[in-house]
Amino acid sequence: MDRVKRQLAPYFLVLPGGLWLLLFFAIPMIAMLSLSLQQGDIVNGYQFTFHWQNYTDAIDSYHTQLIRSLIYGAVATIFLIVLAFPVAYWIAFYGGKRKSTYLFLLLLPFFVSFVLRTISWRQILTDDGPVLKPLKEIGLLSDSYHILGTPAAVIGGLVYNFLPFMVLPIYVALERIDPRVVEAARDLYANPATAFRKVILPLALPGVFAGVLMSFVPVSSDYVNSEVLGSSSTTMIGQVIQAQYLVNSDYPTASALSFILMAVLLVGIFAYARALGTEDVMKVAAR
Amino acid sequence: MTTPQHSAVAGPPGSAATGQSAIRFAGVHKNYLSHGDTVPAVKRMDLAIAQGEFFSLLGPSGCGKTTTMRMIAGFEEPSGGKVYLDGKDVTGVAPNKRDVNMVFQSYALFPHLNTYQNVAFGLERKKVSKAEIKKRVGEMLEIVSLTGMEKRAPKEMSGGQQQRVALARALVNHPRALLLDEPLGALDLKLRQQMQIELKRIQREVGITFVYVTHDQGEALTMSDRIAVMNAGVIEQLGSPREIYERPATRFVAGFIGTSNIVEGHVERTENGLALVSYTAQDRVVVPVGSAVRVGDKVEVSIRPEKIDMHRGVPPVTSTGGSVLSGVVNEVVYHGTSTNYTVATAAGADFTVFDQNASNAEDLADRGDRVYLTWAPQHSYMIGV
Ligand SMILES: Nc1ncnc2c1ncn2[C@@H]1O[C@H](COP(=O)(O)OP(=O)(O)O)[C@@H](O)[C@H]1O
Ligand SMILES: [Mg+2]
Repeated sequence: MDRVKRQLAPYFLVLPGGLWLLLFFAIPMIAMLSLSLQQGDIVNGYQFTFHWQNYTDAIDSYHTQLIRSLIYGAVATIFLIVLAFPVAYWIAFYGGKRKSTYLFLLLLPFFVSFVLRTISWRQILTDDGPVLKPLKEIGLLSDSYHILGTPAAVIGGLVYNFLPFMVLPIYVALERIDPRVVEAARDLYANPATAFRKVILPLALPGVFAGVLMSFVPVSSDYVNSEVLGSSSTTMIGQVIQAQYLVNSDYPTASALSFILMAVLLVGIFAYARALGTEDVMKVAAR
Repeated sequence: MTTPQHSAVAGPPGSAATGQSAIRFAGVHKNYLSHGDTVPAVKRMDLAIAQGEFFSLLGPSGCGKTTTMRMIAGFEEPSGGKVYLDGKDVTGVAPNKRDVNMVFQSYALFPHLNTYQNVAFGLERKKVSKAEIKKRVGEMLEIVSLTGMEKRAPKEMSGGQQQRVALARALVNHPRALLLDEPLGALDLKLRQQMQIELKRIQREVGITFVYVTHDQGEALTMSDRIAVMNAGVIEQLGSPREIYERPATRFVAGFIGTSNIVEGHVERTENGLALVSYTAQDRVVVPVGSAVRVGDKVEVSIRPEKIDMHRGVPPVTSTGGSVLSGVVNEVVYHGTSTNYTVATAAGADFTVFDQNASNAEDLADRGDRVYLTWAPQHSYMIGV
């Protein structure tokens, strides 16, 4: 009896989470898959007809936005790595006893709503706002110069909004590095730069890997930053999906686009994992 | 007290012939800043370690051994004084530019590299050719008995094997000196003893100066050519294992190395370089002294437990002319190879006496027995304060 209980215990433990996933992930996924293969319109209703053409139509109409989203996602992710690494490095190695304070400060802006934060960026970057106006007055920028509505504004907003998703995993990886190991490298004739390249960087790689996973996906499918900071020339796929769903009520197209985005991201992530040699990365991560 | 630091500067007899010491400290001290307080970790150190020597820093935890070691490696800079390697002033020189290598207490192997890559790390930094690296790493892995383990990651190896990788990784560079910070601390007793012998063999084989940090006096005594006994940031005594054991210079050393019996008393008479301290008509301690000791001086005398004979009857004192103390046995502890007795003596101090269980199957005495302790004059040793 006891043995049976013990063997069943793990299943009972995953039961709440499992039910949750079934309810809020699996069921909607199936519903959406079905939607993406339906035909009709909002007035006369939709019928399930295995209408695969939804997919080809969606790609024909929106491949520009899809590719743009992936490019923005990739560029933003690169900026995220470049910005997050030094921050994580500094907190991990020089944070001393105040590490958690610094991490808290880093997260503090994110207690404000995502949309509000992005709207305040709009205020900051507006043509006669606190950034551009002084620069125009002293003649550094021409009067017609603007940032809002450009890819730079959108990518800037994305980088800002997802910074913690990159800092935290890199920080965790760096924090776990035994300082004696770095000293050992210095003892074995490595100068500070070589010790960084040969020891710190490889050991931080699993953190970078996790950070990319955690930021590239939501960044590529984001629909708020381009909506608030961009223009029609920066439209991202997330906006298209949102508009098809909520504005045009074209559920099949919206669902088909969602699946296309998901498939592309999954393929991208696996290709990336392959290229980086996840096996090694995971081996280090699991030490 | 005599100043043991003086003998430290002179170094062992061999060092004068070869000229320079491998490692020399001149007036080095080191303070740490901690929460605004100054913590003196090493107070004053003058030290010369000879080429090819197996030199141990021995002392209790927190006495400054690691700090001393890290100043040699270059991870800490002295607050004052100078560090020389091979006669060259290296104070302020970065660790990667010092020709010494360290074996860390926790090994600090590179977790993302396998055994071969770990051992090759230093040679690669020194831009040694690939072929030469291959040859030297192979040879070194053979010396530490790790041939065939090249592809293993550190976490796939036992503590003893990791220890050997750490050793190989340092030794393969042929450093001027190898620094080992409690390298066997994490191993179990059996493996530890095996590695002690192994380390000593490797040191003889490669002929490199070893600086060995340990808090284990047994380890230091069996392995070292010379030992510096440290306490609270100063070297209390420096000498060969035999000197340190037989002639502890301070009360601290006498207590820290092995077991010592210590009695105090006033000199009653001196004669032929021997001083007599009496407690009763028949209880007396005889100790060799220098000419500076005068009648009436207070002295502290140390006697090792295994030098003492214990008798149940009144001993024939006249023949030896040595020390005699009567007492009562308080405790008898059987240790297998020996039996240890604690005796409350007429001199006021409790004595520990070791009796080898060589031939006598029976204990010499039982609890509560009245006994006499005797030992020859040369086994008494006057210590500093
Ligand atoms: N980085 C440091 N900051 C402040 N105090 C330290 C530091 N390192 C060591 N100490 C102090 O210096 C003294 C000597 O330490 P250490 O050299 O590690 O001794 P040991 O190796 O003999 O145990 C100890 O009192 C220790 O607390
Ligand atoms: Mg230590």
